Amino acid sequence: MNNIIEAIKLTHEYFRRDEEGNVEGISVALDHVDLDVREGQFISILGHNGSGKSTLAKHINALLVPSEGTLYVDGKLTSDPANEFNIRQSAGMVFQNPDNQIVASVVEEDVGFGPENIGVPTDEIWERVERSLKSVGMWEYRDKSPNRLSGGQKQRVAIAGVMAMEPRCIVLDEPTAMLDPQGRREVISVARELNRTKGVTVILITHYMEEVVDSDYVYVMDHGHIVMRGTPRQIFSEVEKLREYRMDVPQITELAYELKLAGVDIDDGILTEDELADALIGLV
Amino acid sequence: MSLILEDVSYKYNPNTTYEVTALDHISLQINDGEFIGLIGHTGSGKSTLIQHLNGLLQATEGRILYNGEDIYAQGYDRQSLRTQVGMVFQYPEHQLFEVNVFEDVKFGPKNQGLDDKEATLRAYEALRAVGFPDEFYDQSPFELSGGQKRRAAIAGVLAMKPAVLILDEPTAGLDPKGRDEILDLILATHERTGNTVILVSHSMEDVAKYASRLIVIDGGRIRFDDTPARVFAHYRELEEMGLSAPRVTYLLHSLSERGMDVDVNATTVSDACDTIKKALSIRS
Repeated sequence: MNNIIEAIKLTHEYFRRDEEGNVEGISVALDHVDLDVREGQFISILGHNGSGKSTLAKHINALLVPSEGTLYVDGKLTSDPANEFNIRQSAGMVFQNPDNQIVASVVEEDVGFGPENIGVPTDEIWERVERSLKSVGMWEYRDKSPNRLSGGQKQRVAIAGVMAMEPRCIVLDEPTAMLDPQGRREVISVARELNRTKGVTVILITHYMEEVVDSDYVYVMDHGHIVMRGTPRQIFSEVEKLREYRMDVPQITELAYELKLAGVDIDDGILTEDELADALIGLV
Repeated sequence: MSLILEDVSYKYNPNTTYEVTALDHISLQINDGEFIGLIGHTGSGKSTLIQHLNGLLQATEGRILYNGEDIYAQGYDRQSLRTQVGMVFQYPEHQLFEVNVFEDVKFGPKNQGLDDKEATLRAYEALRAVGFPDEFYDQSPFELSGGQKRRAAIAGVLAMKPAVLILDEPTAGLDPKGRDEILDLILATHERTGNTVILVSHSMEDVAKYASRLIVIDGGRIRFDDTPARVFAHYRELEEMGLSAPRVTYLLHSLSERGMDVDVNATTVSDACDTIKKALSIRS
């Protein structure tokens, strides 16, 4: 399989300036990051505030270009301005605040905005709108005003808007940070569904540990470096190391870890309620 | 000394076709020194409710009494009410505005009519309480990291020494460590000063851990008002309202159904750990 994302020593530096605009120093947001994401994977990126996650996301969308190193998205070099347009079509982005991403006053027009902008013929726009809205379960809301939707529904509309561009990869940058539990469940299950049924590569950035347990791979960032990489089970087996990076583990994993410290004979890296229940029932 | 709501209703756009009932006959008593968690899905009415508590919104029907006085009575000093019932809004860092952190925190006490010396002392005290590093006191609030901005903004409200502190999702967008730090400092301030805290949150795990009383709002009405353990026992009804229970609660119910003798009312990791150890006959 091909790599949809290929970062080689990707580095992002920026100047810190004082009030007069004089350069005070250089900060490094991404420091020689190597990252390969195979097409069709669901990967998650964890990291504390300021660790470089969002900077990485912006590079994947060519909103930023490398200071050093190279980044290929869908085989295209992001530092070449001629590729900008194609890259944004290959890799769509969904941000934290649903209210900042919705442009039209009717759901279906909002979803059609992207394809219309790139000159897709009208008939095809409507086909894409229908497909995208159905894929996120929002088709029945097509003629509603986005203002009337819940946070989770708005984020699903934002995802449909990205899907209408027929991207090969979606980057979700803390898409659930502002949502209630129901909204969080909706958005994560839509992302999984798109990955599973449409083969879209998903890159999920989040602070909720529970949301990443079904990912193919998890990467942990710290000070512009990828400091941990592995399957969710490998990552969440290292409770103390994660805490050093200001991260946490899912609540069930934390409970399993505490029980193990207390002498209960169970495995490391338990991720779900069912796994822990099975392990504990086995001990009775 | 308390905050009492008597049959409070609030309608947006009353007597128009856009009329929406956001609060529907709410009666509630909040006692001094309580730590209350307030949960409800997006649009359930919880933000509308808290904006009534310091008089930012005026009820369409009903009365609100603060320390026995009707806050809607003629001549009632609502300006002073707002300093006694302090509110930390969502993303409070958007409200930072002064030239440096210290001046920003001083603004509230100065506005309360305190002289410069007293306001300065209050600012020191509040910044120390939130664990804000003193080398950044002179820095522009806009140059801080996300977590530091949040601390500075909370310090600005604490500096007014409100008897009631209302926080609307104070940890949204923070990394797990930052989330724990902010909630721990709110709890420490609560324990030290005996203030009343109302924490609005979308994290069931957080309200279970910190609050001693949990209020659930749905459709502008209070659906549950009890200890977290008793409220989370209704987890199926909570799910219907777009909420959930902490993950450990689901685990304990599943263990209990499978014949293990655990207390299903535990809602935190440490309580769940204790009851499982007991069921497995392991001594702490």
